[in-house]
Amino acid sequence: METVKAKRTAASNKVGIKISGAEALIHCLLAEGVDLIYGYPGGAIMPVYDELYKFQDKLTHVLTRHEQAATHAAQGFARVTGKVGVAMATSGPGATNLVTGLADAQIDSTPIICITGQVPRHLLGSDAFQETDIIGISTPVTKWNYQITKASEIPEIMARAFYIARSGRPGPVLIDITKNAQFDEFEFTYEPCNGVRSYKPVPKPDPAAIETAASLINSAKRPYIVFGQGIILGEAEAELKAFVEKSGIPAAWTILGLSALETDHPLNVGMVGMHGNYGPNVLTNECDVLIAIGMRFDDRVTGNLATYAKQAKIVHFEIDPAEVNKNVKVDIAVLGDAKETLSQILPLIDKNSHEEWLSEFHKKYEEEYQAVIDGDLNPTKPGLTMGEVIEEINLASKNEAVIVTDVGQHQMIACRYAKFNQTKSNITSGGLGTMGFALPAAIGAKMGAQEREVVAIIGDGGYQMNIQELATIFQNKTAVKIVVLNNDHLGMVRQWQELFFESRYASTVMTNPDFVKIAEGYYIKAQRVEAREDLRSAVEEMMASDEPYFLEVRVEKEDNVFPMIPSGASVSDIRLK
Amino acid sequence: MDNKWFTISVYSENHVGLLNRISGIFLKRHINIESLNVSKSEIDGVSKFTIVVFTTENWTQKIVAQIEKQIEVIKAFYHTDEETIFQESALFKIASNLLFDERQIQNIIKESNSQIVTVSREFFVLAKTGRRGEIDEMYQDLKPFGIMQFVRSGRIAVTKAEMQITALLKEFQTN
Repeated sequence: METVKAKRTAASNKVGIKISGAEALIHCLLAEGVDLIYGYPGGAIMPVYDELYKFQDKLTHVLTRHEQAATHAAQGFARVTGKVGVAMATSGPGATNLVTGLADAQIDSTPIICITGQVPRHLLGSDAFQETDIIGISTPVTKWNYQITKASEIPEIMARAFYIARSGRPGPVLIDITKNAQFDEFEFTYEPCNGVRSYKPVPKPDPAAIETAASLINSAKRPYIVFGQGIILGEAEAELKAFVEKSGIPAAWTILGLSALETDHPLNVGMVGMHGNYGPNVLTNECDVLIAIGMRFDDRVTGNLATYAKQAKIVHFEIDPAEVNKNVKVDIAVLGDAKETLSQILPLIDKNSHEEWLSEFHKKYEEEYQAVIDGDLNPTKPGLTMGEVIEEINLASKNEAVIVTDVGQHQMIACRYAKFNQTKSNITSGGLGTMGFALPAAIGAKMGAQEREVVAIIGDGGYQMNIQELATIFQNKTAVKIVVLNNDHLGMVRQWQELFFESRYASTVMTNPDFVKIAEGYYIKAQRVEAREDLRSAVEEMMASDEPYFLEVRVEKEDNVFPMIPSGASVSDIRLK
Repeated sequence: MDNKWFTISVYSENHVGLLNRISGIFLKRHINIESLNVSKSEIDGVSKFTIVVFTTENWTQKIVAQIEKQIEVIKAFYHTDEETIFQESALFKIASNLLFDERQIQNIIKESNSQIVTVSREFFVLAKTGRRGEIDEMYQDLKPFGIMQFVRSGRIAVTKAEMQITALLKEFQTN
């Protein structure tokens, strides 16, 4: 018996031996190099969990305390490693709890696979216990989904799921497996998927488009690069840097592009968008050629489209043809994988520098520094600012940490002020703006990059949306550092209420529990900082700890995040106060 | 940009969830599908969706791009009415006595180029294939006499220009 078992686990192809669909699923995961998954068991997925029990030496299953957290943990893992993250849940409520994570992964192009159990095939459509149409529900929020009703489908569909999730513009895939397909036995063989007939993940770069783009870029007087997550997903960081340095063009980033180019690079001019830097926004409307790379002109980046970069010729480097001309009409589309297209254009780019143009960014930075940054980072008023906390984390981590953020004011402040030397280091919910993302995503990030320091920065609102994951952290001794910037408000909504709703603070004031005691209840070391003089030592102590650590920083209750492009306004009309 | 009629042709794998995915693209943008037809295409194992919308060309382009992005979609095109040959079919169920009592009905049948599919003691069925306008006209003509049942199919269309699906499929496979 033992020898048969050993043979089964040794080879992934089981010619002549029948195994269950559930066991086959585990072999598929192992064949794809998966050794870590997140999930939560339940009736319709029990055969798979039974196999997970048998394979626990090869495949670690991390029990989160909510299925949503399993998806965010898988996302955090995927974002920090570039690999596919896997989450698992049962049918019905288990499956519906995955939807937010799927939607988040879809809009932020994160490769994850969610596997759900489903009622047996003969009960489909009968409103059986914990039956829900998760295929129908997940269709708009997945890159692909499929319901397996026969065990023999498992290898081919799983291979396809991995291929689709990670190829081209990555995204989430959901595979729903009926319980009978988990029990039924078949002869297992596994072939990785190398292509799907109807699916062309990466458009072939057009040499003519690359040549036209190069000559436009070479002749530009005030060229400007805005890069996004396409650089990170395409692992084109070195190519971007070479392009930026050779052309001498100032480069700004979208929130998801952050960390693709080190913060201190002399040509890195900062963040675009609603709470981005002053220069990168204002000068969008003064450049003559805008080079957008691996970004999708989200409304939070462009503000009012009618007044966005109208004076500029626009070149768009993009892997997804559906993004070209979707929001902004472009003059030249360079389709393809950024790593490939940037390598191809580099030899055609003249060595150049744009000192005078670059100095305009510096001048604008100086204005922003005086109006906003100095007060955020070197405050003289009594209350602690979110910015000074981030600055302390920069200092203590030497800009080497993975920073995981939630959604709201703390997220904007963290993305504005956190510094990065390494790529794949900024993990945040960008497109969907999912509160509750950071704590579970930090678990995935830490497990994906165990050698690195992972700091979750979270507001008091979002923290309580997945606070139960402290249990996962405790159980797995996941040494994440959790920083809650507590202003006793849903700060970003409160800021909008102050600015646009005459300070009517509808449901944004929070009476919070004792977060330190809660962390201690989960046996996690915890500390609270209320005074500036205690901040540095507390952050240092947290960073020095090799265990999970919780730090609550009581910050000023009614601080606002500036600069800000009011919703619907032009990037030129960004407000400094 | 003005609204116009566009025929969207989608070549795809025959996959059970795809219709849901495609209709979701229209739903998300609040664009009504004026007619929808799904059938096999000229290539074995490849399905063809023919979708008619009344919207701007800009929206149509964006929708087609989103449709083409779906994994099982091989290629999507859009065309104006001028670029396609298109037809719809309709069935009219009418009380049989009218065929004998109302001389005008016989004229309508002749002039509309429609066919009598079946006749029974109680009713007869007329089939008409043609442009939407022709079918509408026939409907208006028959309406005063009483139509027991009426149904019209989605538009089916072929394009004047070539749609190189076979070549595309080859290209996909060699990539």
